[in-house]
Amino acid sequence: MNYHWNWGIFLEPSPEGAGTYADMLLSGLAWTLATALCSWVIAFCLGSLVGVMRTVPSRAANAVGAAYVELFRNVPLLVQMFLWYFVLPELLPAGLGAAVKQMPDAPFYTAVLCLGFFTAARVAEQVRAGIRSLPRGQAQAGTALGLTLAQTYRHVLLPNAYRIILPPLTSEFLNNLKNTSVALTIGLLELTARARAMQEFSFQVFEAFTAATILYVAVNLVVIAAATLLERRAAVPGGR
Amino acid sequence: MFGNLDLSVVTASLPYLFAEGMVFTLTLTALAASGGIVLGTGLALLRLSGVPGLTHAAKLYVELMRSLPLVLVIFWFYFLVPYLGAWATGSPTPLPVGAFASALITFTLFEAAYFAEIVRAGIQSIPKGQSAAAQALGMSYAQTMRLVVLPQAFRNMVPLLLTQTIVLFQDTSLVYVLSLTDFLGAASKVAQRDGRLVEMYLFAALVYFAVCFTASLLVRRLQARTAIVR
Repeated sequence: MNYHWNWGIFLEPSPEGAGTYADMLLSGLAWTLATALCSWVIAFCLGSLVGVMRTVPSRAANAVGAAYVELFRNVPLLVQMFLWYFVLPELLPAGLGAAVKQMPDAPFYTAVLCLGFFTAARVAEQVRAGIRSLPRGQAQAGTALGLTLAQTYRHVLLPNAYRIILPPLTSEFLNNLKNTSVALTIGLLELTARARAMQEFSFQVFEAFTAATILYVAVNLVVIAAATLLERRAAVPGGR
Repeated sequence: MFGNLDLSVVTASLPYLFAEGMVFTLTLTALAASGGIVLGTGLALLRLSGVPGLTHAAKLYVELMRSLPLVLVIFWFYFLVPYLGAWATGSPTPLPVGAFASALITFTLFEAAYFAEIVRAGIQSIPKGQSAAAQALGMSYAQTMRLVVLPQAFRNMVPLLLTQTIVLFQDTSLVYVLSLTDFLGAASKVAQRDGRLVEMYLFAALVYFAVCFTASLLVRRLQARTAIVR
């Protein structure tokens, strides 16, 4: 293999003027993390809502929840990204559509919304599974104590369900983090996009991708460590 | 809102979208899924083999692939495969590899990690007594796996493997980053040529939804029919 390795490349100034190639990759990492965290907030709240809708005793709510999940699970993420970015502004009223298109950081907001709604469908499935896995007696006991349906969910079912689904939620969080890279197609300058740009400017393909790989793996390890800690802290004392 | 949709763009490009785009997508999905399942089974067997070096190597591979975004892996292999080819054939210059071959290698190797986890869970779901009984009958490890464990494990795994294949079908749209003409790539090229992004992307979404929704309904029915009652 006659590839010329040059690991010093990271300390050389990038052609963008400000900072080195290392700074470029780190700014990409920052965008990746910001996108992942913001979209996770939407995914978690909306996903919990949809998941609960699928378990409440109301046919209409069940149907809406199921339709949401099927819609967002059966269209590829990249297509959804294009729908949010290219199609939605055209379908809005003309003035609003133009305003959306001229928004600064439009790729970031688009990616956050798109990933939030996409991941919400996955979170909803986990929340539903978590609630379903609880013995039916728990909801009945709540009712017997005079709690309303909302109170039963708030104080009895959800606190238990979230504890059960913490491990699958962690892997959904990691999937969401990885999925931010799809947003490079709409111009978000996240980590993969920055590694690709570094490769194009410097021709040091493998150094750039190795660095991105190490950063992704490191973030994964940190998230898994944090989730393990959270699991231990959230465990019900005396429980399994 | 939908007043000025021009559906003639869609109808005019149907032959291109399906004969070129969809055929590409389905070919890539089918080849990568078969390759991924074979390789994934191999990885799962290595990981469960109990031989320290092999177990760790397989685990490292699976965990590494699963912690990276597919887009990054696509770029990795796009640039790496020509060098690997040169190394394998002893050629002094990087071997030119077509974009399709590169995408196929990427998806096979990437999905193998996900299939490996499904197969591993499937094998572990077979009670230990079965392989113990096979060994008591004098079967070798290979015979135990081939004749006793894997046939039952695969029966349990088929719905999960098919679901993962549907995910793979959706993921192949990411070859867009290599400018390949899969179904979405074809739709995107027409959209940009004619300036009709709304119609083309909505149509693409509709087709993907129809295919994936139907496929997942079929998988659910299959699951209900093949489940072994215990």
